[in-house]
Amino acid sequence: MSTLPLLDVEHVTMRFGGLFAVNDLSFTAQPKAITAVIGPNGAGKTTLFNCITGFYKPQIGRMTLNHADGPVLLERLDDYDIAAKARVARTFQNIRLFARMSVLENLIVAQHHKLMRASAFSLAGLLGLSRYSKAEKLAVDKARHWLDRVGLLDLADEDAGSLPYGSQRRLEIARAMCTDPVLLCLDEPAAGLNPKESLELNSLLTGIRDEMGIGLLLIEHDMSVVMEISDWVVVLDYGSKIAEGAPALIKDDPAVIHAYLGEPDESEA
Amino acid sequence: MAGANLKAALKDGILGAVVAAALALPMLGFRLVDSASALTLATRFDWVAWAAAIVGLGRFALCLLRQAVPADRVPVLPDLGAKFPKARLVAGWAMAGFALALPFLPFADRSLVDKATLVLIYVMLGWGLNIVVGLAGLLDLGFVAFYAVGAYSYALLATKLDLSFWLCLPMAGVFAAGFGILLGFPVLRLRGDYLAIVTLGFGEIIRVILQNWVDFTNGPNGISGIPRPSLFGLVFTANAPEGKTTFADYFNLDFSGDHRVIFLYFVILALALLTNLFTLRIRRLPIGRAWEALREDEIACRSLGLNPTMIKLSAFATGAMFAGFAGSFFATRQGFISPESFTFIESAVILAIVVLGGMGSQIGVVLAALLLVGLPEWFRELQQYRMLAFGGAMVLIMLWKPSGLLSHRAPTIRLGKGATP
Repeated sequence: MSTLPLLDVEHVTMRFGGLFAVNDLSFTAQPKAITAVIGPNGAGKTTLFNCITGFYKPQIGRMTLNHADGPVLLERLDDYDIAAKARVARTFQNIRLFARMSVLENLIVAQHHKLMRASAFSLAGLLGLSRYSKAEKLAVDKARHWLDRVGLLDLADEDAGSLPYGSQRRLEIARAMCTDPVLLCLDEPAAGLNPKESLELNSLLTGIRDEMGIGLLLIEHDMSVVMEISDWVVVLDYGSKIAEGAPALIKDDPAVIHAYLGEPDESEA
Repeated sequence: MAGANLKAALKDGILGAVVAAALALPMLGFRLVDSASALTLATRFDWVAWAAAIVGLGRFALCLLRQAVPADRVPVLPDLGAKFPKARLVAGWAMAGFALALPFLPFADRSLVDKATLVLIYVMLGWGLNIVVGLAGLLDLGFVAFYAVGAYSYALLATKLDLSFWLCLPMAGVFAAGFGILLGFPVLRLRGDYLAIVTLGFGEIIRVILQNWVDFTNGPNGISGIPRPSLFGLVFTANAPEGKTTFADYFNLDFSGDHRVIFLYFVILALALLTNLFTLRIRRLPIGRAWEALREDEIACRSLGLNPTMIKLSAFATGAMFAGFAGSFFATRQGFISPESFTFIESAVILAIVVLGGMGSQIGVVLAALLLVGLPEWFRELQQYRMLAFGGAMVLIMLWKPSGLLSHRAPTIRLGKGATP
């Protein structure tokens, strides 16, 4: 891995009052790879995500996203610019869809900037110029592609809020992908999925990695997902990194086992 | 079983009667009588008894009815929009056609056209506010401020600088939109109730300024002698002023005051339809979808790269612009404006129109405006019961259709048809 990492997190510290939610954390995420961030509840995983996607501003540290055309410092951008300019997309632990808009509309909103430019800030669209309808057709095609990928093509005109839970999760991923991200951050994508849905998610995520060539950053509790698909695992506990490495190594790391299960019994050892 | 039901209903009825009596005692039970010598207090406890009896019996009957009819058979107003998606389109065109023909129908007299003009002003204001509240989900209780800005913009430009209505109309829209942005900035971080309170304050600030800046706005005395609009230079007066032609002369008609009333009606109809067309169109455009997305979830918007600041400001500005147009029309129609026309109750009525109609529904706004503005105009004699009917309508709507008369939302784009290459 001589090339630059996709995301380079250096010494990031996020304090809430006296609590160090994330404490001097450094790690990298490679392109075309799935990096999983795991750790017990309250380890600071979601806080880290919120720092990377700009919802929190860390007090200390630097987060560099290396695009093909140069690095971008994430901590200097507003959250919406991180999505629009740095092209980091995310999903949420508690699904955040536009519930009363249709599935297709959710994916069209995700392509807002492209459509805004095409419609000259909606003016061309207001006058009904063909330039906008062409752009809209492209946007619909992209939405159709992702709906097909996540298996929601038949439900495109339904309200997003009326979908079953598993479908909402997949729709959120599809919506994030419609923003053309270089880094996709997934906050517990397998939470609440049944084993079959979980397997489908695995193939969807590895498919995104292999075909789109983007980096994925994943928070997950479901170890079957983490061990199966991730290329690199970062383990957090109390805001600090306690281990990182390939999944097979992490599984047997004593510090990780300690963080998850506590001190092993003398008798058992 | 039946006995228990009867007992429960009886208990409910008695409770209702007691509550009604307690409420009615101070309101109906005593009355100040102004006799020649002094004020005396008269009692009318029979009224209280009547009120308690009516409420108690009503409650008793309602209770029995509820037990007799299973819950799922309680009549609910059907959602016509969802059942017949085409019906809405047909109804829209039919209403537009009727509105166009209205002044020429045999039963249309001057007062009817005048009332219809007033209703149309509120329809337009409702449609304007619908952009802010219905689409972008920003609860605005001070919408009348922009209406006032539009009205005063035209009145001042016309009386001080002698500019024509058609030149001032876009300017009034621009001024109102400017004030929309001005209001937008401080409230960017607020949502829901807090936003409502600040916008309420903003509405009052504008009114108080208009009232107290006497040098500029002539204060509570208002501005009178606001010029009437012309039709391509043709004026609607009996005798043409220097260098002008009257409408009646030009078309060889006998002068009639009705011409102006009908002309004004068509002006507001055109403005209102323009507002409607704009809203229908913008809903299908990126900015309109962004407004709706903002209403649904601001954090998700941010995560998709949508800048909430721009989205909110554009919604405030657009809604305010249409209020500005409506305001300048109001000024030219009345010929006289004062701060009294722009009180909070106006904001409340406009908001009620939007909420009652069903947030985001264009036809719902028309129905609600007819209900809230039209009916009280036709039943002027019942003036004192107007607020009673108003409150009653609100309660009924909240019971039967909590999301408004027509609340079905159709997607702005479908994969099924049209989109297929």
